[in-house]
Amino acid sequence: MSDLLELTAAQAAERVRAGEVSPAELFELYRERARGDELGAYLWVSDDEPPETPAGAPLGGVPLAVKDLFCVEGVPSAAGSRILEGYRPPYTATAVERLNAAGAPTLGKTNMDEFAMGSSNENSGYGPVRNPWDTGRVPGGSSGGSAAAVAAGLAPWAIGTDTGGSIRQPAALCGIVGLKPTYGAVSRYGMIAFASSLDQCGPLTRDVTDAALLFRHMIGHDPCDSTSLEFPEPVGLPTAERLDGVRIGVPPELSGEGVEAGVREVFERTLGLVEELGGQIEEVALPHSPHGIAAYYVLAPAEASANLARYDGVRYGPRKGRNGDGDLTALYEETRAAGFGAEVKRRIMLGTYALSSGYYEAYYGRAQRVRTKIADDFRSAFERVDLILTPTSPTVAFKLGERTDDPLAMYLSDYCTVPMPLAGIPAISIPGGLSEGLPVGIQLAGPAFSENRILDAAHALERAIGFDGSAPRA
Amino acid sequence: MIDRDQVLHVARLARLRLDDAEVERMAGELSTILDHIEKIGELDLDDVEPTSHVIQVENVLRPDEPRPSLPREKALEQAPDATEDGFRVPSPGGS
Repeated sequence: MSDLLELTAAQAAERVRAGEVSPAELFELYRERARGDELGAYLWVSDDEPPETPAGAPLGGVPLAVKDLFCVEGVPSAAGSRILEGYRPPYTATAVERLNAAGAPTLGKTNMDEFAMGSSNENSGYGPVRNPWDTGRVPGGSSGGSAAAVAAGLAPWAIGTDTGGSIRQPAALCGIVGLKPTYGAVSRYGMIAFASSLDQCGPLTRDVTDAALLFRHMIGHDPCDSTSLEFPEPVGLPTAERLDGVRIGVPPELSGEGVEAGVREVFERTLGLVEELGGQIEEVALPHSPHGIAAYYVLAPAEASANLARYDGVRYGPRKGRNGDGDLTALYEETRAAGFGAEVKRRIMLGTYALSSGYYEAYYGRAQRVRTKIADDFRSAFERVDLILTPTSPTVAFKLGERTDDPLAMYLSDYCTVPMPLAGIPAISIPGGLSEGLPVGIQLAGPAFSENRILDAAHALERAIGFDGSAPRA
Repeated sequence: MIDRDQVLHVARLARLRLDDAEVERMAGELSTILDHIEKIGELDLDDVEPTSHVIQVENVLRPDEPRPSLPREKALEQAPDATEDGFRVPSPGGS
């Protein structure tokens, strides 16, 4: 049985189809693993009977770890926040519902930075997650629990959400694959909102094929999310082994200064592999991307400050403040003071300030214009190249506590992943190799709805890289 | 730069109660972050349209068909304080 843990989800589904293992056995095996979690990756593990999986279900009954940001009916769903402690939603997010229906039952809810605000998972209201490659280090964030669970073999696959890098960066730091889809490709219904114009959910998996398999069952228009779209073409399972004729752009702004030496080395080795596989490397300019962090840290907190106004101790979550005093404002203020963590308060303050009278145009208005320029840069680049290649994170996983005292330093470390959601375009992170024994992520981005192209190229590169992710599964 | 009074003003707008230590720390941290953000002030953006939504979508109306909504008891189930037909809060008018 334990050799099943070594399989990718697609391989496990194959075993189910061949009748070698039942979905219930698979569920029990992973439930056992999830219950033994010592990384803090899970916030809740299912204790239901293993759900019935109809024969022939495309996802084969292979269980799914779900970021705590997704509402799942009757299951604790708190987005990593104390302000939603004990909340059990009356409905299930569309993405989760679709994956459940396709044969990936919910195994558990994974830990995350509170309301997806963070790059280290240290902002969770329920304690940090540890990186399975080195438990003294962070798994990245905000989907740190999902990434750590997949890397450590505590889940066959997982879903997370990405607003400024929250799927790709933890995938990179944990040595797995993470795909942030085109904005609108997957319904956001039932995702607890952080920054609605940026949030997208996507898969975190052991390999590129698993990512494609999960993704193809998440997509499509949903009447409950008016920004969701019908994907313009079927999503296939990637088969490419070569990159002949594929033009790959390398932007110096996202791959030069600031990238640590070990990451640089893995990145350059990957460029060599691209050429060996027949791809062409070209330098492309993304001149406004260095302003991505500034624009992002206006737009995302501004949207968050509005989205998080709903947490006031009235409809859900614990209430603080003396009810009998007849002071409604005090009830709001005390509930929010007690329920939100430091980073969430900081972002609400930043967003409220940026939207406040007299500052709106200088901050929010300008940031929206920078967003246009960043999207224009990508559009011009994609006239010359098919895909853009960068490191996912400028560093490998850092030590727990190392960056918690300097919020700006933590923000700045996201500069490789922030421009893509600002432009609404898809990007994947795949493991490129190790630096000092820790995984390095390589990011491939493409134009809107180019997921098939991205997955194919990532598949070819993955084979050439031959990354061994089995170390942390022991 | 953002000072103590501005922090308190914004905290009131955001319905956040901050203690003295938080106000102090927030003033410093927000100032550092805003200093970085203000670099976008150097860009020439005069003729640039703002982007609020990245992917072009047409506004569509759903069919106007009656369908059941969330039952009241389910909607009230998670509330910290509810009556049979609503969420209970102190009177907004004060006591």
